[in-house]
Amino acid sequence: MALQFLLPDGEEWRTAMVDTPVFAVSTPEAFRDQLVAMAPDPATGNADPVKMKAFFARHPESARAAERIKAQTPSSGFHDSTYGSLNAFVFVDGGGRRTPVRWWMVPVQPFESATPPPPAGVPNYLFDALATRLRQQPLQWHLVLTVGQPRDPTNDATIPWPPDRDRIDAGILTIDTMEGEEASLARTVNFDPLVLPDGIESSDDPLLSARSAVYSASFRRRAGEPVSASAVTNTEVEVSGP
Amino acid sequence: MNGVARFARTSRALHWTMAAMVLAMLFIGMSMVASLGAYHSLLSVHRPLGILVLVFVVVRFVNRQIHPPPPFLQDMSSRERIVASASERLLYLLMFLQPLVGWGMLSAARYPIVLFGPVHLPPILPHDLRLYEILRSTHTALAYGLCLTFMGHLCGVLFHTIVLRDRLLRRMAP
Ligand code: HEM
Repeated sequence: MALQFLLPDGEEWRTAMVDTPVFAVSTPEAFRDQLVAMAPDPATGNADPVKMKAFFARHPESARAAERIKAQTPSSGFHDSTYGSLNAFVFVDGGGRRTPVRWWMVPVQPFESATPPPPAGVPNYLFDALATRLRQQPLQWHLVLTVGQPRDPTNDATIPWPPDRDRIDAGILTIDTMEGEEASLARTVNFDPLVLPDGIESSDDPLLSARSAVYSASFRRRAGEPVSASAVTNTEVEVSGP
Repeated sequence: MNGVARFARTSRALHWTMAAMVLAMLFIGMSMVASLGAYHSLLSVHRPLGILVLVFVVVRFVNRQIHPPPPFLQDMSSRERIVASASERLLYLLMFLQPLVGWGMLSAARYPIVLFGPVHLPPILPHDLRLYEILRSTHTALAYGLCLTFMGHLCGVLFHTIVLRDRLLRRMAP
């Protein structure tokens, strides 16, 4: 889930979140190592298990993260997933007091676990299901801020914070309409995690600056490419407004 | 000391301040696009410092109208004079265009143009990815142009100072 908040004074907050409890790696170097290890073996078309094992041996934090991610029951669709910032950020109040924060978009829609296998030959079934739901009623998420304690790790997105941390319900997101890719900002806006308003800052998490750099390079390349046909079109997901 | 007409004090101050700023900008720009860890902090300096270059170049242009440069050294050939003034004009043009292109490309990509804290600039161009890509490549090309022109400028001054020893550098020395 990617959100863009436009503040009245022209400031902006962009956030791109995923539906895992933690991130798979803790540093850009580990991310690179993981990509190299995951590269499909031309003989089998799959990742080489020996290389993956070596990667996890070198990065035990990623091995633990992979277990946590696997332990989470997949949800049935986009509408009942919880999306997290995973990286830690720092909230700064008017007096300059700094508080580490991670945030989550927690669905109001009740959780249902996924019923495998996904339908064959319907590549957009998750988007189609979302559009079908939206034709019936708007969907809602709570923006929940998890407030870190001074010792909580802010520089390692593979480690969850203890479950008893204060949580602040900061508002409700309501989605009542849907558009295809061709019209959407998803294509024309870079959801750089470091587009932040005054008062929210990067933490010492090394992934943040790296995400910013890599998103920028990929956004630039995309801007130079011819616009390809949308995978999810306007007509497919049309929601006649309530 | 006698015999060498010097640039006005404000001109000399502006020259050396901007030389340091533009050189720093070139290094910051080149390092940040090659860096993952320092990308964000370097870009956070790159934007406001670049806008400061834009402000300074305007001030400097006005200053140049008020305090025209001193006449050329007498033994400079007319060809050398043409090259010298043309390269100065080119430097002015590049120092003016480069930050404008930086501002413009961020506008076209619809990035907020943050200077510091809540202080930001408005977009100066419409949201258009094609335009962004063109300006982003222009920003790189102009950076190379600035590097080369600066090197030429430096070589000329070094040649005068080390080989000809005609005290050309005195004119601009702080
Ligand atoms: C004298 C002024 C400036 C100089 C010498 C300069 C120089 C550079 C250089 C050398 C690069 C790297 C280009 C490359 O290798 O592709 C760069 C990139 C960049 N500059 Fe500037 N720049 C200036 C002003 C500005 C201004 C005023 C802004 C914005 C307000 C700006 C925003 C950027 C951005 C966003 C990037 C690229 C980041 C990316 O693509 O990830 N620059 N600049």
